[in-house]
Amino acid sequence: MNKQTEIKGKDRYKAGVLKYAQMGYWDGDYQPKDTDLLALFRITPQEGVDAIEAAAAVAGESSTATWTVVWTDRLTAADQYRAKAYKVEPVPGRPGEWFCYVAYDLILFEEGSIANLTASIIGNVFSFKPLKAARLEDMRLPVAYVKTFKGPPTGLVVERERLDKFGRPLLGATTKPKLGLSGKNYGRVVYEGLKGGLDFMKDDENINSQPFMHWRDRFLYVMEAVNKASAETGEVKGSYLNVTAGTMEEMYRRADFAKSLGSVIVMIDLVIGYTAIQSMAEWCRANDMILHLHRAGHGTYTRQKNHGVSFRVIAKWMRLAGVDHIHAGTAVGKLEGDPMTVQGYYNVCRETFNPVDLERGIYFDQDWGDIKKVMPVASGGIHAGQMHQLLDLFGDDVVLQFGGGTIGHPMGIQAGATANRVALEAMVFARNEGRDIKTEGPEILRAAAKWCKPLEAALDVWGDISFNYTSTDTSDYAPTPSASS
Amino acid sequence: MRITQGCFSFLPDLTDEQISSQVDYCLSKNWAIGIEYTDDPHPRNTYWEMWGNPMFDLVDPKGVMMELEACRKQFGDHYIRFNAFDSTRGFETVTMSFIVNRPKVEPKIRMIRQEVDGRSQRYSFETVR
Repeated sequence: MNKQTEIKGKDRYKAGVLKYAQMGYWDGDYQPKDTDLLALFRITPQEGVDAIEAAAAVAGESSTATWTVVWTDRLTAADQYRAKAYKVEPVPGRPGEWFCYVAYDLILFEEGSIANLTASIIGNVFSFKPLKAARLEDMRLPVAYVKTFKGPPTGLVVERERLDKFGRPLLGATTKPKLGLSGKNYGRVVYEGLKGGLDFMKDDENINSQPFMHWRDRFLYVMEAVNKASAETGEVKGSYLNVTAGTMEEMYRRADFAKSLGSVIVMIDLVIGYTAIQSMAEWCRANDMILHLHRAGHGTYTRQKNHGVSFRVIAKWMRLAGVDHIHAGTAVGKLEGDPMTVQGYYNVCRETFNPVDLERGIYFDQDWGDIKKVMPVASGGIHAGQMHQLLDLFGDDVVLQFGGGTIGHPMGIQAGATANRVALEAMVFARNEGRDIKTEGPEILRAAAKWCKPLEAALDVWGDISFNYTSTDTSDYAPTPSASS
Repeated sequence: MRITQGCFSFLPDLTDEQISSQVDYCLSKNWAIGIEYTDDPHPRNTYWEMWGNPMFDLVDPKGVMMELEACRKQFGDHYIRFNAFDSTRGFETVTMSFIVNRPKVEPKIRMIRQEVDGRSQRYSFETVR
């Protein structure tokens, strides 16, 4: 009996154990429907486990299967409820690893629920014994399913309208040190950064309401700083007030207070969970608020190539769940990220249609059905001296966050902020004029530094700092260096 | 006080040649340029006065620069900005905005605090000369 062929008729439902392929979870001839959800897994089967049977097992365990035959399947339209592995191919240059494509019928998923989607797709299968490792690389979400989500509460287009900021990346900085400042000291850093030229300041992921600073104190002082800086510059300014807390009730309480003080933006951490994120998105839609998501914790499952969930998938889920900002990597900073792979994440956030782009890790065409766009955030070990690289890699629709690169400036925080803003505007101006910023970037920065002392000082301190480490999570289709200079 | 709205306010004031180079960039992207002016740079003053409709279908930046000259003649002591409009589906708003003229003496923006409950403040702004 062919182990990879579905068994039909009476023998299919005899009590006992069948191979997953025999149960109907593998169909090499299957043509995915436009309304199917598609998932691409990278799997590493245990020694001696056939790749097709492993793929069928993935399809089975992420849809209807259990380890043995059950007659109750026959009460249902089981053929349609079974996910189908329809393509298996070896991963180029990685012996023992296989790409397996699985199609899921739309009926398997509840409308507008990331929790339900993920309980199926990553619920059981990653612990499955016949696999040594598994990674969810990408998903195609059919428009029919995308349309069941409301998506970002504000979206990057409306965010720009609300902030009255167009034609350049936005600038931010995370208030440092992230732990220990009193509310009053904290607000000082916010004021200096915003007055110096930043658009946003930011709470860090783990600043909530610790013994050294009650959250209400932080919110009060920060909003004094934000408004004062606004008056000093004539610009709309903001500071991401982190409302992450132990319960939804407490998060709503904090968000309501942020609103009552006139904040334009609130912030949450990825670790609050998918349902809490969707609830905060609901709250933001009802309260004209921009929602910033810090991807705290993602590295535990996104970084290793052979096991976990790719960040591009997380980005897709978060666009559906409804966040306005998401940290998506810098490529040139201190944190993991191969440049083309990171560009792939940005495209997921910002495009209305993602075409297949294997070098950037995009395996499926994805039509976003006019759902709003998410503003990606580049944060972590970046500085003014890299402005040309950042603008060249990411374009205008991004928040560039220079935390240490603002607050650690030798002439003070305002000077640090000014250095970044001048570097940014000079680079945008030069690009628009038609200059090749990729090669002429350092020269353009030095020219601006001639009339801008703070920029000169920034380039003198950090100009040579780069983080040249090999990335872990790189494209399987074109080796790209993660060099940063 | 220097108002820093728009995408080039941290650079020295742009020369007409520099302004024209940016207009050229906008036209190459098929963006329409609108000229707007105001004497009130309040951060929430969204609607500056329009100096005519945005200019669609232009190929030469000279057309915009001539309008700027005319606008300056009448409102030389106002703020004047260029807004570039992108009509691409999924965008459809201003895509670039920069100040091309400032009054000789720029106004200040005063922050007004209103005590509300507890230590909370309600903040508002007022343009003062």
